[in-house]
Amino acid sequence: MCIPCDDIYHASLTVLPLIKNHGSAGSAGSAISREGARYATLCPENAKGEAGMKYRSVFDIIGPVMIGPSSSHTAGAVRIGQLARKLFGQAPEKADFHFFGSFARTYRGHATDVAVLAGVLGLQADDPRIPEAYRLARASGLTFAFHEEAAIPVHPNTVTIRLAAAEAAITVTGISIGGGLVQISRVDGFDLRLTGEAPALLIFHRDAYGAIASVTRLLASAKINISHMEVSRARRGQDALMVIETDQPVNEEIVRLIQSQPHIFKTIKLEV
Amino acid sequence: MFKSIDELVSQATQAGAPISRVMIDSEMEQSGKTERQLREGMAASLEVMKAAARKGLQGVASHSGMTGGDARRLMAYLEKGQALTCGTFVRALACAVATNEVNASMGVICATPTAGSCGVLPGVLLAVQEKLRAPDEALVDALFCAGAIGYVIANNAMISGAAGGCQAEVGAASAMAAAAAVELAGGSPEQCAQAMAIAMKNLLGLACDPLAGLVEVPCIKRNAAGAANALAAAEMALAGVRSHIPPDEVISALYAIGLSMPLALRETAQGGLAATPTGQRWKKLLWQGRDTD
Repeated sequence: MCIPCDDIYHASLTVLPLIKNHGSAGSAGSAISREGARYATLCPENAKGEAGMKYRSVFDIIGPVMIGPSSSHTAGAVRIGQLARKLFGQAPEKADFHFFGSFARTYRGHATDVAVLAGVLGLQADDPRIPEAYRLARASGLTFAFHEEAAIPVHPNTVTIRLAAAEAAITVTGISIGGGLVQISRVDGFDLRLTGEAPALLIFHRDAYGAIASVTRLLASAKINISHMEVSRARRGQDALMVIETDQPVNEEIVRLIQSQPHIFKTIKLEV
Repeated sequence: MFKSIDELVSQATQAGAPISRVMIDSEMEQSGKTERQLREGMAASLEVMKAAARKGLQGVASHSGMTGGDARRLMAYLEKGQALTCGTFVRALACAVATNEVNASMGVICATPTAGSCGVLPGVLLAVQEKLRAPDEALVDALFCAGAIGYVIANNAMISGAAGGCQAEVGAASAMAAAAAVELAGGSPEQCAQAMAIAMKNLLGLACDPLAGLVEVPCIKRNAAGAANALAAAEMALAGVRSHIPPDEVISALYAIGLSMPLALRETAQGGLAATPTGQRWKKLLWQGRDTD
């Protein structure tokens, strides 16, 4: 009821065995399968080779220090909640959590609900107040609800979070890939691959000539190096999202300048 | 940087250095941090591990009330002096169980590589430390060695039960602990790799089938089993026993098995032990009033 059906479909209804078994099935099935095939390339568990080096530090393996009981279902869920809150950029009044796959089946046992809520409240993964997240949320005036979804996601640990306050709202899908590491895989209908471990800019813009160049030119003039960049669009000439991870933090003035460029709708700055 | 166990071992052997050295150098290059910063970070994680083991040995109950107190039982048994095996072995079991009991109580732990498998590595290392009277600095090195092994497993296969079953959690942890114990005991990088391969092979195919989806049954005792298996593999590798299947091929097998494992056995509380009458009874009890499928 809170998330458009379409979004839940895109975020999750991508059954890998379906691609294998029914790849050329009827029109509805193959549309979903095509979506699935595209998602499979985004899914880190299926990405091998160079792009598949998903763990980059020894402290991804020996760590994180965290509140139990599960690195993927508790610590990872805290992290996804935190990132959703950071992307929203303000305190939400309402939060809806849609669990898929293993998250939907086992969230009570792993306290995934408590953890993802704690993340939305801004708590860190090793904060001893995590078990009290329900109480803390109610005390802060946040209304929240959890929904178990039947759709089978590409990655078993998937949650879609919708945060809202007054006029603003954001829908964020995250996956927890193991050992506490996560990726944001979709924001407001756009595919992306964001770990939140480097400073990043999410820039919603019109798919038009010069939009991307205007942003990269500003970053270059401020001596900010781009470490990773991707662009995702709804349709040619329509809305698009560029995600830029940078080596250096981006200051507010640069964000204001980017925001003032033609074709730019909204800029979200994600700090580490 | 290294992408395989083979590369890791050849880099260490060429440098005439242990695996931990290769991991530290690689991390310094990747992160831009100094060796001292990295060592301090790892020493802080070691302190978290020690504190968790200590807390668990005193006896804790899980958040659900289903488990707890077994680490304390094991220590009391050890202190009676009638254990069948040596103190190192029983202490490893006790510390592994203690750490995982703290995890189930929503206490603070260090995931190694995951929270569900957080008891294996500290269980083995704390017990071996006592046996060898090794300083904490040596344990910090052993943790870097374990991290290097886990890094290769995580990047070439998977380390989450939901993606690859318990073999990817306790299995990976046991392989990491086996290699770390060998380095701590003065074994060569090649022996570390052999210990890793032997430990991993023994746990291939292990399902992730926790009761009611809680990281308690069978996870806590699996951590003890993972520690025991790591010690067995370390002893074999130190004795010169070699794995017939090379380490990187074992990791490929882990990945292939993980991909073909049915969803019911990958942390969904639907198959294996979770599906037994007792497992379902617990699910009903703990998920009372909710849809239990």
